[in-house]
Amino acid sequence: MSGIVSSEAHKPPTERRTGQGRDLLIVFIAAMTVVAPLLLPMTAYYLNLLMQASTYAIAVLGLTIVLGYTGQINLAQAAFFGLGAYSVALGTVSFGLPFWPALFAGIIIASVAGVVLGLTSLRLGGHYLAMVTISFQQILMLVLTNWISLTRGPDGIPGIARPIVFGFSFADSGTYLALCVGVLWVVGFCVGRLKHSKLGRAMQAVRDNELAAGVVGVDVYRTKVIAFTLCALFGGLGGGLFAGGFTYISPDQFGFAESVVFLTMALLGGVRSPFGAALGTALLILLPEWLRFLKVTYLAVYGGAVILIMVFMPRGIWGFLEALRQRLCPLAVLPVGRVAPLPLTTQVAREDGSIILEVNQLSKHFGGLKAVDEVELSVRRNTVHALVGPNGSGKTTLLNVLSGIYKPRNGQLFFDGQAVTRLLPHERAGRGIGRTFQNVRLFTAMSVLENIIVGAERPGNEVTVGSTGVEQHALAALDFVRLAELRNQTVQSLSYGHQRLAEIARALAGSPKLLLLDEPGAGLNTVEKSELVQLMKRLKGHGLTILVIDHDMNLVEQVADRITVLNFGRRIADGPQAEVLRNPEVMAAYLGNVKTHVAP
Amino acid sequence: MGIALQLLFTGLGIGSIYALVALGFVLIYRATNVVNFAQGDFAMLGAFSMVVLCIDLEFPYWLGILITVVAMLVFGALFNLAVYYPLRNRGFQPVIISTIGASILLENGVLAAYGPRPQALPSFFSFQGFSVGPIFFDSQYLVILGVTVVMVTLQYLFFERTLLGKKMQATSQDKEMASLLGIPVALMIMLTFIYSSALGGLAGILVAPILFVSVGMGSSIALKAFAASIIGGFGDVTGAIVGGLALGVVETFGSAYISVPYKDAFAFIVLVVFLLFRPQGLFGEKVAEKA
Repeated sequence: MSGIVSSEAHKPPTERRTGQGRDLLIVFIAAMTVVAPLLLPMTAYYLNLLMQASTYAIAVLGLTIVLGYTGQINLAQAAFFGLGAYSVALGTVSFGLPFWPALFAGIIIASVAGVVLGLTSLRLGGHYLAMVTISFQQILMLVLTNWISLTRGPDGIPGIARPIVFGFSFADSGTYLALCVGVLWVVGFCVGRLKHSKLGRAMQAVRDNELAAGVVGVDVYRTKVIAFTLCALFGGLGGGLFAGGFTYISPDQFGFAESVVFLTMALLGGVRSPFGAALGTALLILLPEWLRFLKVTYLAVYGGAVILIMVFMPRGIWGFLEALRQRLCPLAVLPVGRVAPLPLTTQVAREDGSIILEVNQLSKHFGGLKAVDEVELSVRRNTVHALVGPNGSGKTTLLNVLSGIYKPRNGQLFFDGQAVTRLLPHERAGRGIGRTFQNVRLFTAMSVLENIIVGAERPGNEVTVGSTGVEQHALAALDFVRLAELRNQTVQSLSYGHQRLAEIARALAGSPKLLLLDEPGAGLNTVEKSELVQLMKRLKGHGLTILVIDHDMNLVEQVADRITVLNFGRRIADGPQAEVLRNPEVMAAYLGNVKTHVAP
Repeated sequence: MGIALQLLFTGLGIGSIYALVALGFVLIYRATNVVNFAQGDFAMLGAFSMVVLCIDLEFPYWLGILITVVAMLVFGALFNLAVYYPLRNRGFQPVIISTIGASILLENGVLAAYGPRPQALPSFFSFQGFSVGPIFFDSQYLVILGVTVVMVTLQYLFFERTLLGKKMQATSQDKEMASLLGIPVALMIMLTFIYSSALGGLAGILVAPILFVSVGMGSSIALKAFAASIIGGFGDVTGAIVGGLALGVVETFGSAYISVPYKDAFAFIVLVVFLLFRPQGLFGEKVAEKA
């Protein structure tokens, strides 16, 4: 591992300098917007409007995380906002707390509500989540309105205090607004950074392809719960600041309609970027003021706008602008500098023929269909083991059981000497089982390199810690399949053959001990197929163990050491390649009963 | 005992409404894999249509009902074209959000047109009902129960005994295969929306005389109907009916014996309990994604 080069070597210097310049510009603008409320004279009306916009934007940034990054619906953001607001209001007015402890309590309460809600509903599909969040929203409204002894009911709470820091008071609206804008920038910065962190990549992987994310090593459920909790946390923070800003709150400010307004803000602005969140919020706070002539119909216009946004501008205004920029200056093919070799051999070169994967009496039934029926299988280290069989013979089902997507009806799985039958997909990835899918499952909205990095970030992967270490490792995996030049492209712009290779690279980046390939040759042309054969031979040369499914017997013959044949979910043959290919039962399964033609 | 039976009768009546709306949910879900969050607003529209036709325009009930049902059929087709069809190839999330948008649009559109004041629609019959022992059988509740039984039976016969019903079932099970067999999938989905819209409208017509007709009634019914379909087992027709009836009964008993202000919370509490301990519901949804 001496060949690691610093990340500078791969980035043309200009790329870095402009990036720095942009960061400086953003910091400058941030400072200006914080200072502006202190210096500019503003009417109380505009101060209120901006206060609303900045505190709402903080809550909308929560939706950027949960909806934009993670792809989960939250229709209760106003409830979390309300929890924060009521904590500050009741804390300062009823319990005599200073502002900050009350705000802190609000953030905690909102986050705890988020965790509990997330834990109960995120295992289920998106519809359930949508409905559970609406339920939570409604129950909270009932409590706020009816538990009068605590919340003072529909009358609301007046006289909420504003904070004091080291004797400096934020009681003046201008200084309080400066505080809110400052917090907004900090939160926006964090949310922006999150996108390019390990956690952020895991979230986006879950959004783009939940199944693949699990198999690559992302703990899908945990990632969703964290996203949901962060969303609730920012909701609580925004709400707490909102209560201080307006000094009066009542339950109707936190109803379902407000949750929908939050959602619309996020969608309109662009749900995948913090700038989109701010833009959407600003527009929807200011628009109703400008569109006062609409009066009663403006919420109806909101509703119509949501449909139109989904149909015509699914990425929101910011997403639209980004797409425009990309069309104007498309991404160049980047030349590759020196790339470290992929450290495949370090962990698997043990050519002792011992068994790495053992499958005992494994069955998987779908209703009455025995897709996999008491199958036995042993894969030896440093071999290419092919699993073949006619369509519907249970190959892919078996692979899905192996990678943990399906739970077996009965039977055991041992990997590397340990039982893995009960492990979840990401835990199996953590043990060193990598895989690709029959129909390519990449994280479509992420760049090629980001896809591979998610693979490199699997739990337990022995990679140099830190972002450059992981990036170098991912680049090495990409270089192994000869795609390093395309690292900055979006996955969707790759050809089908390249997508298949990228998926293999993603699995390789996780340094698997066993690689499961599900029909890697499907849909490839002859040239691509021979390249694939070469790739598999190189992998084997590096000591990797491969279990491959394919229909193309020509391909199987070129790479496989051993072959297992399935038919109707049962194993009908198993052994060294030459032996199995001469097996009459196998020939019958493939070609019909051709006994008369069997060569002597 | 008498009170309990009376509550049971009332609960079943309310539960029938939830069941009808839940059926609409389930049918659309089976056809499109998407939950239609505006399903409850179909009921709201149906109820408002009755108010406009039979109170403001003083039409007789039978005519009002006829016009409302026909209007809801047309509305279902329009809804399909505007809210679902443009997004049909884009996963469930955009469609869900789009139906939420539709729900806001409908509720606030009606609000703008008719104002926030809840309207009352008199019962269909001047005949109030009759007593058997301690139980009073209200005529409107009897109508609701009767119509629900008829609708469920007709729907069963339609899906099991007619070719069109089978085609719609095939569409909901495997769109690609159905289209390869020459079934016009887009049309089948359109028919599903049309039918669900009419079913929702019918629920609204039936419930109008026992609830106040208000803009918010739709989402309140929809939330409970959805809870009902989860309790029954999402995607399951029997589950939707049983879940709806059960929820109506639980809610009626809850508000009688536990708390009136929190009446609307019972459905959600039952829902959360189910999500925690039996997320597949009473009749179970088959969950398996193909890799």
